Amino acid sequence: MDITIIAESNGNELHPVTSQLVGAASTLGGTVTVLCPGGIGEKEASEISGVAKVVSLKGDCFSSFDSGAWSHVMTPHCGDGIVMGSSSPSGRELAAQIASKMGVPVVQDLTGIDNGLMMTRSIYSGKAVETSNASGSCVITLRQNAFEAASLGGSAEVVTVDSSSEVSVAVKEAIAKAGERLDVSEADIIISGGRGMGDPANFSHLNEVADIIGAAVGASRAAVDSWDEIPHSMQVGQTGKTVNPSLYIAVGISGAIQHLAGMRSSKYIVAINKDPDAPIFGVADYGIVATWEEALPSLRDELANL
Amino acid sequence: MKRLSWVNLDRRIYSRNVRDYMTIAVLLKQVPDTTAKIAVSGGRVDQSSVAKWSTSPYDEYALEYALQLKEAGGGDLVAITCGPARSSKMLTDAAAVGVDSMLHVVADTSEMDSTQIQSILAAAIKHCGAEIILCGKQAADTNSGSTGPGVASLLGASCVGMVSEVGIEGDGFIAQRGISSGDERVVVSKPCLFTFDKGLTELRRPNVKGIMMAKKKVIESVSAGDLGVDLGESGVKINSHAPPPEKPPGQKFEGAESVPTVVAKLREEANVI
Repeated sequence: MDITIIAESNGNELHPVTSQLVGAASTLGGTVTVLCPGGIGEKEASEISGVAKVVSLKGDCFSSFDSGAWSHVMTPHCGDGIVMGSSSPSGRELAAQIASKMGVPVVQDLTGIDNGLMMTRSIYSGKAVETSNASGSCVITLRQNAFEAASLGGSAEVVTVDSSSEVSVAVKEAIAKAGERLDVSEADIIISGGRGMGDPANFSHLNEVADIIGAAVGASRAAVDSWDEIPHSMQVGQTGKTVNPSLYIAVGISGAIQHLAGMRSSKYIVAINKDPDAPIFGVADYGIVATWEEALPSLRDELANL
Repeated sequence: MKRLSWVNLDRRIYSRNVRDYMTIAVLLKQVPDTTAKIAVSGGRVDQSSVAKWSTSPYDEYALEYALQLKEAGGGDLVAITCGPARSSKMLTDAAAVGVDSMLHVVADTSEMDSTQIQSILAAAIKHCGAEIILCGKQAADTNSGSTGPGVASLLGASCVGMVSEVGIEGDGFIAQRGISSGDERVVVSKPCLFTFDKGLTELRRPNVKGIMMAKKKVIESVSAGDLGVDLGESGVKINSHAPPPEKPPGQKFEGAESVPTVVAKLREEANVI
C-alpha cells in the first residue's frame, strides 16, 4: 500500500508532527512518500526513519497558503492508498481539498488507526468516540501528539519537482500574533484559567507558572466571553480548541460540559478550585480544593524548585 | 478587541459595483446544542435523546457575515442546509434575521462520507446560482472541517479558511484569516468560499417583526436526487459510536498545603514534569 504523507511546516522548518505521521504510517506497513510543500523541511524529512522518498514541491504558489492552488499541485503526487496529513487547521483544509480532487473520502483528526485501517476519532468534541473503516483509498489527518514519532536515522532519496499553480488567495497584509506565547494546540503542558480567576489581570499568575514549566496558557469559554483581554485563541473547549497535552492544569474552572469535552483526553489533569463539588474534579487525576490565591504561589514555588 | 471597518465603508460606492449580481449562500448545519448531553445507544449517538438542537456555532458567524456582505453590497442571500426534517426550523431562524430564501436538502447525513455530503451541497449551491459561499470552519457534531474546502474544490471556488471577518473590497472581498504564524488579510474574487472561525463581531438576534416575516417564508425542500446527485455508496463505514473512555477516579486533596504533594506526584507517579 502506498502511503503519502503531507509534511507540516513550522515557519521554515519541518513541524515535529511530521515524524508522528511517519510513525503512524510505519505501523500500517507500506511505502512511505513524504510531500514537502514549498520544499520546506525536505532534508529533515529525508532523515526520518521509515521514509522511502521525499518529494520536494517547489513553486511560487507555496509562498503563501492557498489550499486550492496547493492541492492542485500536490494531488498528482498522492498515491492510490492512504494520504495522511496533520489535523492542524491548514492541514485539514488541504486534506479536504486533496480528497475532493482525488474523489475519495476524507476522515479528519484521528487519534488511532490500526493496520486493518480501523480509524478512531472523537466526535461531539470528545463527548463520544467514533470508529470507522474506509473501503478504499482515503485521505486522513491525524491529531498532533496522539501517535509515537518515528526516530531519526533515515536517508531517503529527495526528488525535487518544479510546479506551480495560479494563486487566487492574495495576501494583502500580515498581522503579527498578539502574543509570543505558545499556542494551546501546540503545547505539551497547559495551564488554563476560568471565571474563578476573578479578573483578567489575574491571568498574570498563570503566566508566571507557565513560564517556569514551558506551558501554554488557556482559558474557559466563560473567561473568554466575560473578558475582552482573554482572546478566543486561548479558549479550550467545544467552541474553542480541543487539546490533549500530557498535563492540563485547570484553575478556577468549574468544568462546564463544553470545557470538559475539549480537554478530557489530556493525559493528566490537575484541578484547582475552591468549590469541592465542581464538576472539573470528576475528570481530574489530582484535585486540590483551594482558592487560586492560595494555591498558585505555592505551585509556582514548588515548580521553580524542581 | 480590534475591529476592522471596511464593512461600514460608504455603501453607496460599493453597491453600484456589486449589487444585482451577487448571490450569497450560507451553509448551515443543525447540531446538538453544545450544552446538550450526548448519549450512545446501540452503537450510535442517540439523536432522539438530544434535548436541544441549534445552529452549529461557527455557522452562526458565517450567517452574520453573510448578512453583513448582503447589507454592504446588495444581492440575495440564501441559506442552505442538508439534514433531516427537523433542520427546517434552523432555516426559519435564519430567515428571521434577514436571509432572503432557504433551500433544504432533506437527507439523513449521519452515515454519509465527506464526498457524498460535499456533492449534495455543491449541487445545492449551483441550483441557487451562488458564487459567494460562507460556512463554519467545522460542525460541532462531526468536528471535521472537510465540508467547506471540499465544496470549494468541487465548485472551483477560491477557499479561505479560519476567517474571523470579511468585507467587500472593490469588485472582490477582503478577509482576515488565522494561519499558524498569526493573522493575515487576504483578497479574493468570486467564486469564493469562506470558512469561519469565531468572528470579530456580535451575532444579531431576531426581532419580533423578523420572526413574523420568517413564518410566512416558504422553504424550498428538495432531495439529493432532485438536484441530480447520484450518491453511490459511502466509502467510509461507521463501525460504532461509544461514550468516551471512563477515567479512573482521581485523588482529591484539601487546601493549598497539598500543592507540594501534588507536584511530587506529578513528578513521581505521572512523570509529566
